[in-house]
Amino acid sequence: MSTVEERVKKIVCEQLGVKEAEVQNTSSFVEDLGADSLDTVELVMALEEEFETEIPDEEAEKLGTVQDAIDYIVSHT
Amino acid sequence: MSKRRVVITGMGMVSPVGNDVQSSWKGVCEGRSGIRPIDRFDATDYNTRIGGAIKNLDLDPYLTSKEARKLDAFIHYGLVAAQQAVDDSGLENFDKLDKERAGVAIGSGIGGIEYIENSVIQMHKSGPRKVSPFFVPASVINMISGNAAIRFGYRGPNIAIVTACTTGTHNIGYAARTIAYGDADVMLAGGSEMATTRTSIAGFSSARALSTRNDEPEKASRPWDKDRDGFVLSDGAGVVVLEELEHALARGAAIYGEVVGFGMSDDAHHITAPPSDGEGAARSMRNAIRDAGLNPEDVDYINAHGTSTQVGDVAEVAAVKSVFGAHADKLAMSSTKSVTGHLLGAAGAVEAIFSTLAVKEGLLPPTINLDNPDEGCDLDFVPHTSRQADARVALTNSFGFGGTNGTLIVRRYEG
Repeated sequence: MSTVEERVKKIVCEQLGVKEAEVQNTSSFVEDLGADSLDTVELVMALEEEFETEIPDEEAEKLGTVQDAIDYIVSHT
Repeated sequence: MSKRRVVITGMGMVSPVGNDVQSSWKGVCEGRSGIRPIDRFDATDYNTRIGGAIKNLDLDPYLTSKEARKLDAFIHYGLVAAQQAVDDSGLENFDKLDKERAGVAIGSGIGGIEYIENSVIQMHKSGPRKVSPFFVPASVINMISGNAAIRFGYRGPNIAIVTACTTGTHNIGYAARTIAYGDADVMLAGGSEMATTRTSIAGFSSARALSTRNDEPEKASRPWDKDRDGFVLSDGAGVVVLEELEHALARGAAIYGEVVGFGMSDDAHHITAPPSDGEGAARSMRNAIRDAGLNPEDVDYINAHGTSTQVGDVAEVAAVKSVFGAHADKLAMSSTKSVTGHLLGAAGAVEAIFSTLAVKEGLLPPTINLDNPDEGCDLDFVPHTSRQADARVALTNSFGFGGTNGTLIVRRYEG
């Protein structure tokens, strides 16, 4: 079973079309990985699906980096 | 004000017969049908189980996987054809291009129906929060033009005319006028379609528009033949680079042909069927001939709308006879839809390209499957095999639901 970190990074790669090596825990979705506002919405939807959870919009807006997403998933699932 | 002259300096295509212009043209001239059993979805329960799908198209040279995922297939095809056309034109290496005077007019008849279908299913299954933020930009019709503008940096006129099966013709005609009128020097123009989906095939099938010759797909599209039983729905895209003549000459561009005439009309008759005398079609052709400043006798070849429907095929013949009189027996008229099937919003663009190559190369593509011409269908349809001919002027027709008609005239470029 993959860790939360591995699963989050895999989804980030798929959704944003970036290579695994480019995705660091500190990577910002917008600044470092080239996501636009639509990409970030879809990324959150993919995370919701993968981890069978609902991420409210006001929480989703705070997820700026890969680590933010990992932390959110770990504390809410 | 005199009109500026407009020439074609680049062409791109994906069709059921080939994934570029040359292989499609070769396939059409050799009469190799692109119609096959439908395999994009399970068509077991459908009356019509055949279509003209795009096969083995490698998107990698054209789109990143991220781009591809966010766009419906009709946009994929349109952008592939647009990229081919731009590459072909040499404009990417012409650094003096004023991109504020370069525009795009690429439409679609139906648009992103596959993406729409899947989003509707997702919406009903999982609720509104699960509808992708890309749903709208992935499926609305002007997004080939929009994405092409971003891709090539063309900041001039940007439009996507939507007129069912006349879409490709109207976009090219409008784009040519945009240049002729002085609003742009370069226009990417054409149409794209990917409508062989579950709902779309079902709808056309319910309208009794489609052939049900499921056991002989390659013989299903048979314009003017006694045994025709409807058209075959196909996918693909055609895009041309249109350029003002002096602009093209100044950069030493290769010229495929000149767009000399564009005409339009409407039947004002019925939502899907033309009047049997083809009166609206005839006016569209007359308008194009007048716009070109030609006489009917100047037209050597017609690439017909010729979809293989009962009423439409006969009406087009009647229209041609009324426009050309005795000359109707001298000109040649073929339907490349006999080979490609009907690409709806892409048809006019793909057929404008075939018409251009016909006058450039002096080669008339055939009407295949015309084994027994129907009563009254007695023109020279170039049956079965292609033919060399000194054709200089080609006219191409498109007629769409809503009674909308469009005609383009292309002339061999001889200076």
